[in-house]
Amino acid sequence: MMRKLLAIGFFVFAVAAQAAPAPDTLSDPAQEARARTLQKELRCLVCQGESLDESNASLAVDLRHLIRIRIKAGQSDKQIVDFLVSRYGDFILMEPPFEPGTYALWLTPFAVLILAAGIAIWVVIRARKSPSGEA
Amino acid sequence: MTGEIGQLALCLALALSLVMAASGFAGARAEAQTARAVAAGAANGLFVFVALAFGALTYACVVSDFSLLNVAENSHTLKPLIYKISGVWGNHEGSMLLWVFVLAVYSAAIAWSQRGGARLTSAALGVQGLLALAFLVFILLTSNPFLRLDPAPFEGNGLNPLLQDPGLALHPPMLYAGYVGLSASFAYAAAALITLERDWAQAARPFMLTAWIALTLGIALGSWWAYYDLGWGGFWFWDPVENASLMPWLVATALLHSALATERTGAFRGWTLLLAIAAFSLSLIGTFLVRSGVLSSVHSFASDPARGRFILGLIVGAVGGALGLFAWRAPHLEGGTSFEPASRETALLLNNVFLAASTATVFVGTLYPLALEALTGTKISVGPPFFAITFAPIFVTLLILVPFGPRLGWRKGDLSSALRTLAPAAGIAVVVSVAILAFTAPRTLAGAGAFGVAAWLIASSAIDLRERGLIRAAALASALAHAGLGVTLIGIAGTTLWKSEALEELGPGETMNVGGYTLRFDGVQAVAGPNYEAARATVTVLSGGDAIAVMHPEKRAFAAEGQETIQTSIRTTIVSDLYLALGDERDRGRWILRAYVNPLAPLIWLGALVMALGGLSALWSRLRIAGAAPSAVAAPAE
Repeated sequence: MMRKLLAIGFFVFAVAAQAAPAPDTLSDPAQEARARTLQKELRCLVCQGESLDESNASLAVDLRHLIRIRIKAGQSDKQIVDFLVSRYGDFILMEPPFEPGTYALWLTPFAVLILAAGIAIWVVIRARKSPSGEA
Repeated sequence: MTGEIGQLALCLALALSLVMAASGFAGARAEAQTARAVAAGAANGLFVFVALAFGALTYACVVSDFSLLNVAENSHTLKPLIYKISGVWGNHEGSMLLWVFVLAVYSAAIAWSQRGGARLTSAALGVQGLLALAFLVFILLTSNPFLRLDPAPFEGNGLNPLLQDPGLALHPPMLYAGYVGLSASFAYAAAALITLERDWAQAARPFMLTAWIALTLGIALGSWWAYYDLGWGGFWFWDPVENASLMPWLVATALLHSALATERTGAFRGWTLLLAIAAFSLSLIGTFLVRSGVLSSVHSFASDPARGRFILGLIVGAVGGALGLFAWRAPHLEGGTSFEPASRETALLLNNVFLAASTATVFVGTLYPLALEALTGTKISVGPPFFAITFAPIFVTLLILVPFGPRLGWRKGDLSSALRTLAPAAGIAVVVSVAILAFTAPRTLAGAGAFGVAAWLIASSAIDLRERGLIRAAALASALAHAGLGVTLIGIAGTTLWKSEALEELGPGETMNVGGYTLRFDGVQAVAGPNYEAARATVTVLSGGDAIAVMHPEKRAFAAEGQETIQTSIRTTIVSDLYLALGDERDRGRWILRAYVNPLAPLIWLGALVMALGGLSALWSRLRIAGAAPSAVAAPAE
């Protein structure tokens, strides 16, 4: 029990100790802007709901560094993202891809909106016809 | 002793909840006056004994009674008093006890106010009794905070330092007052289905409003905490835990609007009942998501399934039972009503269409990844970009439509007169949009549009208030709530568009620039706090060569918990925040400093406060009317 708690404690400490990333910035502002955009679109794999841009975890620090190395090496954004997806899967993308497995996810909001609007129109038409004072 | 008193109080509360459920339902029959008196008495008794149990746990935390497992695992002698108290609900067992405590407070308030007449009140108490029964069984079987630890350790494990914060001390009670407050609307809706009394929405209104106000403030507090405590200047992450609190808020907002039409003209009777059921169901689902561990991983749920399964069973029981009751009884309550397409009813209907779609968006965005992983093993992330594409356009369309509602009359409104009245607001909105587009960078249509919509909301609320008169609290309520949305939108748009940030490694005397300010790093001192050691930086803020402020961002190391936190330093002028976070020490005396300028950020939470004030004025006018009307059964509640 105690050992488990200690282990958790050390893990949290190790994460917290990375409270800020090294000032790992590219000298070319355009390249740095690309890196910033990319790391906002990619997820920190060990955190809950944080992007690489906001994460204190050491994995996020490493991946931010990896993105910059590859930008410097002349790779396109797509090449970098494709590489990371091949390594970590779609999980790393903050924006889920639009593919058969996620059609339901992407279409539900608008399907519900259209359905609800349809019902509302039907209710309004019916309310106009119904004689007043029925309630 | 404390543990035994708490344990005994919980067992007595369990017995009383059973009495309350049985006598409450029995009292729904017209002649059963004795049963009604018993139910009301049981509700008061439930409140007393749950308060006693809650008090016992609080006392054990305050005096650091580590013979209680829960206290030993979550408290520490060196913790400041406020965090010893807030630590009571900073863990699973204590937070479930808080849940039942809030439920008991609402139950006693229902019994005391007797709103909606004796039969309706009694049936509502029956439903509350069943809920209390289920949650008390859950606590006693799977999450008992009064379990003993023998031998008692000399020191406790402490509370996660991230939670040792005034904002987060208040956030859970506020959020629970909202979450659990929706149980009152749920109970009244179920009671209406049982007794077939039509005036349940009037009776439930003050509870509905109270829950909505608390939920609004609770969500705002959580977002504010994330902003100043996590050190990244972000205020909303579309994290599943945040979404779990947003969904009940969206449905409760829809409920407040739909119930207005039901009360006034009898429209949407069935739909309002469904919303009351849905709002509390989403509260339960939120509790399940946060408490079962299913969010951090589908697998962590499977490793300790007892709690998750119990809450899941409870959800199925409560939701299934309520929907079954609805299917069986609602046809007896239905009654059509007529209104023109241009009317307040249609506006409220549209409000519900967009809020339903918004809720569905958050719902799939939160649960789809869990379902997909459970079914196929594929892991995907649903992050902010998804919500920017789906939720944002749906919700902004709703915001554009909002000002028409209060300007249209019941049954038959005058759309062209509404358009004429609102024309100046539209003019202001266009001017604001064009000005933002012309004079500020970066030049984005979405940004200019957001400011335009915000101006439209605020200006039309002002017009509405002038037309309907300040004296009418009901007009003040909708004007404030709608203007608050605009204020929050300004905050979100401003900080998203114009945020500037800088990250640099600085030695003593060195400077960095961010958003028009120059920051001079004057070094770091070691400072001892009550239960932590802090590295406290001194940063002088220069603007145009003059020193205008000295700021102290900190890093704190908590020895008891073996964790570090950062304590940001924020200098706010309401129209802009200068935000500093201290990073690591690189070389001797050289530190990393992260700085942000977040224009208009405080308006995000100020807007929520304005919305809550709108809710309060609605509550006030409602209770005043209830107190003044001679026919009303209720004395002014609360």
